[in-house]
Amino acid sequence: MRLLQDRIFALMVALALLLAGPVCRAATLEEALQHFTADDFDETEVGISDVAVSGNPLAQAIIEALQDGRLLYSAEKKQVFVKDKSDRLLDAATGNPAAEPAPADVDTVRINNRLRRGIDAALGALTLRDPDAGRRLDAAQAVFKSQDENALPSLQKAIDQETNSRVKAAMLAARAAITLASNDASEADKVAAVALVRARGDQDALNLLAGLPTDSPPAVLRAAHDAVASIQRGLALWSGVQNAWYGLSLGSVLLLAAIGLAITFGVMGVINMAHGEMVMIGAYVTFVVQEIIRARNPALFDYSLLIAVPLAFLVAGGVGVLIERSIIRFLYGRPLETLLATWGLSLILQQAVRTTFGPNNREVGAPSWMSGAFEVGQITITYNRLWIICFALAIFVALIGLLRLTRLGLEMRAVTQNRAMAAAMGIATSRIDALTFGLGSGIAGLAGVALSQIDNVSPNLGQGYIIDSFMVVVFGGVGNLWGTLVGALSLGIANKFLEPFAGAVLGKIAILVLIILFIQKRPRGLFALKGRAVEA
Amino acid sequence: MLHPNSTVGRRPFLRHALAATAGLALGLAATLPARAQDTIKIGILHSLSGTMAISETTLKDVMLMLIDEQNKKGGLLGKKLEAVVVDPASNWPLFAEKARELISKDKVAVVFGCWTSVSRKSVLPVFKELNSILFYPVQYEGEESERNVFYTGAAPNQQAIPAVDYLMKDEKVKRWVLAGTDYVYPRTTNKILEAYLKSKGVAQEDIMINYTPFGHSDWQTIVADIKKFGSAGKKTAVVSTINGDANVPFYKELGNQGIKAKDIPVVAFSVGEEELAGLDTKPLLGHLAAWNYFESIKSPLNAQFIKDWHAFIKNDKRTTNDPMEAHFIGFNMWVKAVEKAKSTDADKVIEALPGIKVPNLTVGTSEMLANHHITKPVFIGEVRADGQFDVVSKTPGLVPGAAWSPYLEGSKDLIADWVKLKCGNYNKVTNKCGGA
Repeated sequence: MRLLQDRIFALMVALALLLAGPVCRAATLEEALQHFTADDFDETEVGISDVAVSGNPLAQAIIEALQDGRLLYSAEKKQVFVKDKSDRLLDAATGNPAAEPAPADVDTVRINNRLRRGIDAALGALTLRDPDAGRRLDAAQAVFKSQDENALPSLQKAIDQETNSRVKAAMLAARAAITLASNDASEADKVAAVALVRARGDQDALNLLAGLPTDSPPAVLRAAHDAVASIQRGLALWSGVQNAWYGLSLGSVLLLAAIGLAITFGVMGVINMAHGEMVMIGAYVTFVVQEIIRARNPALFDYSLLIAVPLAFLVAGGVGVLIERSIIRFLYGRPLETLLATWGLSLILQQAVRTTFGPNNREVGAPSWMSGAFEVGQITITYNRLWIICFALAIFVALIGLLRLTRLGLEMRAVTQNRAMAAAMGIATSRIDALTFGLGSGIAGLAGVALSQIDNVSPNLGQGYIIDSFMVVVFGGVGNLWGTLVGALSLGIANKFLEPFAGAVLGKIAILVLIILFIQKRPRGLFALKGRAVEA
Repeated sequence: MLHPNSTVGRRPFLRHALAATAGLALGLAATLPARAQDTIKIGILHSLSGTMAISETTLKDVMLMLIDEQNKKGGLLGKKLEAVVVDPASNWPLFAEKARELISKDKVAVVFGCWTSVSRKSVLPVFKELNSILFYPVQYEGEESERNVFYTGAAPNQQAIPAVDYLMKDEKVKRWVLAGTDYVYPRTTNKILEAYLKSKGVAQEDIMINYTPFGHSDWQTIVADIKKFGSAGKKTAVVSTINGDANVPFYKELGNQGIKAKDIPVVAFSVGEEELAGLDTKPLLGHLAAWNYFESIKSPLNAQFIKDWHAFIKNDKRTTNDPMEAHFIGFNMWVKAVEKAKSTDADKVIEALPGIKVPNLTVGTSEMLANHHITKPVFIGEVRADGQFDVVSKTPGLVPGAAWSPYLEGSKDLIADWVKLKCGNYNKVTNKCGGA
């Protein structure tokens, strides 16, 4: 009964607004716009709600412009303008092109977080009946968060017309949220609303229910309390899944960083301290590719990473071959000297990049297909992490394939297992050495392309990964690619399950202690290489 | 021929080289005193390589610019200024070594330098022993006041406390995440903030403290935790003392997991224009930073400074930031103090500095206080789409820097006064110099 009354009331309000609209529309909008010329957040807030309830068809465009920083004002002339997509100035009150020339003191109407929330609420109410289902869903979410009673009439109408079941559920939840926040909804309505919100089962619902005012009726509070407990139980289950996913994603980053080292250190036995710098070179290649694309052909930006992948491989691989030919080949069998030489080399490479590109971070943008996230159940999966996992596994498979199935791979394995015998069979061992080192470095360059998406592109990029890379290779078993895969993933997952309890600092220490203990027990790592290659 | 009977080998060559180097060094030493008389030397102690090069290189450049401009104005006391640049390479013990080299070998009149608190702590004994002057331009955790150091960056009451006040009042934040890198500045600042929040009636369960190692790059778990912590029905904000390189992946993860500033705002104390330059700022719209200077603040002095900077560095895209302004203020204060003392002698300049007033780049005139900190305006800015900040709040006047925090048990009775009391840690209760 109460609900029916509410509906009738809402309809009447809507009707009254419609009737009143044409009479006072122009004046209302112009008056509302004046609030934007004060350059004061409180005034702007009044302006937003006034524009929103003005009922003017231009209202949505004005508020969207405000959100995007395209709403301009002139304090002197007391005028407000909308800049459209092609940078033309339109008079906000009429939507017609503004008189030339524009006032000299035009400036953007500034907004802050409080206003952004107001804008969301206003736009939510305005776009509830947008033809696009995605925008209707966003609008329902916005109303759910704002719990703005003014949105109730349009929400009611939207619910009646809605055909998409997902959007409709969101709208019903939004209406329930308003009911819960309202002072004059009945107790029964509120209890029903709690059940509706509880059905969402996510963190937003939890936030709403946990934050109910303490003076709500006891029955409502009890229902809300039960709902909070049940949602928390559900979320706790999901957090296990979430940890596993995060672990997998950290593991894939470790795998990427380590897999090149698994070749140069694992297969060739070179303690390559400059490995991290190869990763860095790959990241800088990505940066350069993006800079050129931005300057020459911005339309190609989404493909920038695809273009950077082969280039990073070639550049880092080339540098690797150069290093092998000029330094490392004189040092085979002298691990201490190799360590020192490559350590010095890593400093030289860092400083070279610092001198060329400057010490600051460089911005590497994310192509649109790598930005954002989607929800699976109650966990958020970000696209960049998903792609990095795929990329790491693809590189791993390709590398295994190369070593197993190609002639080059066969020769590489032959040389690293028994150099003298391989030479006797007619393999040019020094050429193979250079190519193997180049391959490892090239793969490190590929890792750099991926890491540029989640980390700083700065001269120090490589240093953060060198220790982790050695850790993975040694833990997995030197000389065994499968060991590197299993090592990387298990370290990643162990780290992520430890982190919630121990914190990031202690978690990392715990992992290192565990590895020390493990190496005591199994000095050759998870997958010890058997056979003649292993010296006693 | 020094070695007429030497055979082919390395040893004679070494000896030649040694002799040559010694000769060169002697020659240099001989010319030094002569040159020292026509120039005043200024030491610049900022890392140009290693992890901190990212932040400190810019400060070296801005010092060179300021010295250059002063020379164009005719120098100081009729002499030209000469910059002596050394590279402590982000290596804390090396900071002390290089400071010693600057003061005793190069005979600099003053040193501008250091960024991290640990580097400042490592050079302190050197400055005390050799009685020289250090200008330290970075916001820091306070709890220190030394006779030989002048702190031109913000103390906690000039940055952290006003930021928290803003969030409490304007954003109605009830629940706090204090996230920081695991070292002395975040730990002390968070201790002060925790005590401050509790004094404002925030319950223990509404404060979450989280530390991460330097250069932490995998933020997935922590960002998810923040999201979870933020869905308890109370408005939540993150106060970030995360330092250096770890910021970029942190903000990237926030953006990717869809945490918007309007839901859970992050206010940062170590993220400025320079740090944002390496980021796509669109997902960060509305996140906050608290500083005493923003490049976007309009004032004639600031416009001139930015113009000079672009001309000096020959790049229109280089940003300016808060520690650069701190060096601008510090350098001008030093120049004024030297003019007042008519000498570059350390004791005379240290005595002349308190009370010196110079305009800052934004609003008003900053003054060097008796506790060797300065007065500064505090601004809260929101990240804009172009990587600059929109000031959303500023303190009504200039805030005097407090060396000792009144919210910490160990320091609430301490004051620093180098003018009357001649003491950096005077205890008001026991009336004794020397802390407890």
